[in-house]
Amino acid sequence: MARTMAEKVWEEHVVRRAEGEPDLLYIDLHLVHEVTSPQAFEGLRLAGRPVRRPDLTIATEDHNVPTENVLGTIADSVSRTQIETLRKNASDFGIRLFPMGDIDQGIVHVVGPQLGLTQPGMTVVCGDSHTSTHGAFGALAFGIGTSQVEHVLATQTLPMSPFKTMAVTVNGTLKPGVTSKDIILAVIAKIGTGGGQGHVIEYRGEAIRSLSMEARMTICNMSIEAGARAGMIAPDETTFDYIKGRPHAPQGAAWDEAVAHWRDLRTDEDAEFDTEVVIDADELSPFVTWGTNPGQGAPLNEVVPDPASFDDPSERAAAEKALEYMDLAPGTPLREVGVDTVFLGSCTNGRIEDLRAAAEVIRGRTVADGVRMLVVPGSMKVKEQANAEGLGEVFTEAGAEWREAGCSMCLGMNPDQLTPGERSASTSNRNFEGRQGKGGRTHLVSPLVAAATAVRGTLSSPADL
Amino acid sequence: MEKFTVHTGRAVPLRHSNVDTDQIIPAVYLKRVSRTGFEDGLFSAWRANDPEFVLNKPEFADGTVLIAGSDFGTGSSREHAVWALQDYGFKAVLAPRFADIFRGNSLKGGLLTVVLPLEVIERLWDMVETDPSTEVTVDLREREVRAPGIVEPFEIDDYTRWRLLEGLDDIALTLRDTKSIDDYEGRRKPWLPVTQ
Repeated sequence: MARTMAEKVWEEHVVRRAEGEPDLLYIDLHLVHEVTSPQAFEGLRLAGRPVRRPDLTIATEDHNVPTENVLGTIADSVSRTQIETLRKNASDFGIRLFPMGDIDQGIVHVVGPQLGLTQPGMTVVCGDSHTSTHGAFGALAFGIGTSQVEHVLATQTLPMSPFKTMAVTVNGTLKPGVTSKDIILAVIAKIGTGGGQGHVIEYRGEAIRSLSMEARMTICNMSIEAGARAGMIAPDETTFDYIKGRPHAPQGAAWDEAVAHWRDLRTDEDAEFDTEVVIDADELSPFVTWGTNPGQGAPLNEVVPDPASFDDPSERAAAEKALEYMDLAPGTPLREVGVDTVFLGSCTNGRIEDLRAAAEVIRGRTVADGVRMLVVPGSMKVKEQANAEGLGEVFTEAGAEWREAGCSMCLGMNPDQLTPGERSASTSNRNFEGRQGKGGRTHLVSPLVAAATAVRGTLSSPADL
Repeated sequence: MEKFTVHTGRAVPLRHSNVDTDQIIPAVYLKRVSRTGFEDGLFSAWRANDPEFVLNKPEFADGTVLIAGSDFGTGSSREHAVWALQDYGFKAVLAPRFADIFRGNSLKGGLLTVVLPLEVIERLWDMVETDPSTEVTVDLREREVRAPGIVEPFEIDDYTRWRLLEGLDDIALTLRDTKSIDDYEGRRKPWLPVTQ
């Protein structure tokens, strides 16, 4: 029977199947960070259980870490305890950890692919919803809760209930200045934050095929914002070229064998998806959010919508509530919305290509008066590469702050936060109330829009400069 | 895990859709390494800033069944959202649709999440707002929700229902059969990466 890629990867990982029970799936790679793991390790200790496969587990410090003075002591004692707890757990249970200051430290979803640990056809989990990022390689990658983190640590498996399949086909060609971030924001606006619920999305079509690996990661990263359980893109030459030669990539004869297997993972031609969505890339333009969930977005060329224009009563109520929180009036051109802060970074857009794209826009220009711009590389390796290319200088000369690696202002947990009422243009993934700090207001944007917005001080695209 | 069979209690009407886990518990509360004591973080921004927020109303102070709008629990995978609801005293959440990770977390931890049609949720909201002392019963054995004038069946798979009724720990269940895991490990592709 014809199968989709997600179904093939699932089948390959079934450890046990029994009538009336969820399939027990093997997990090839378990990524761990400080926030969602302490209670899981404590559970193991209480039950006297070891970690079954420390050699399939890797840990990094990302959510809670400061992005300045990373070799000093963390000022916040609660944060410090959480980091120290991860260090102790990694040491006690034999797990390799990248602590602050380590050249391999960074955001968990940047680190895995960078090391070549994320490969096609694998199952990847992490106690973090943006684990969907790794699906860009044709891996089946799920965000999980802490109970499941403990389950994977103890057994290297997870009982998983069946999923539905969705194809999101993006036809045509992106116009210059339009990025994969704009694709995914448009997809979420179209299907809604619950549209992907219960589904694994496969992104397909000409516009997806022509994207780089890093651009594909941006798309898969935000699958969770459409409510999907995972997002995937079929592996192709772009994928293989990206993986080849990385520290954990197969080598020699194993490489050829692996590539042959990876090619077979693609969805069969006559396979059927439970749900299909089609988008035309030619019609897309830079996209920004105006509300407090990632589905509340619109093209930058448009205006803040009138809640009365929504037919669905619950969407109308949500829009009214969002505009009140965001302090925006219906009909305001999005280009006239002024920001206080620009954040370039996160597991969505903190990779070297994102920094290059933004640096190209900002080179020789300056950050507008009264605006602060934070540029936070997704990993220390990304920072090293950016510095080697002179990008760090471009940012600092423009007046931006060039920080160390971490989740930073994506989530209001470490010292990088918005203050109440402060408004940001952010390349991250969530515009929820208070997400970037209590009372903060977030507009999600691409790295190109972030850079242009930093220069003009209002939501802008490079074409406006 | 505590067993869940039948729960009867007062309800709290939360008339919002798309309640994300950052609203249920903001990230600042996630720095802790403990497993309990998260009740202070539950809906902390709304409780602090909005006197009209439902949990600030004394008539809903004793609620144990949360009745929410569609797409409850979207966003971050933080299981702290489930812990905060439980620590505050909630035993069950009813909504037209839940985000997958939140639903999975809740059913692992013994917080029963029940999907009901929006029309039933709206009737429950109206009923509870009119008379906050209304009691709602969530019956896992019979797979139904009951309130005055309402008997509504709900779906939950047999396996999850059994696990909740018995209060069983998933890890112990999996570890009863480690041979199938050993066997699978013998079949894995030799080129798959290791981290060390």
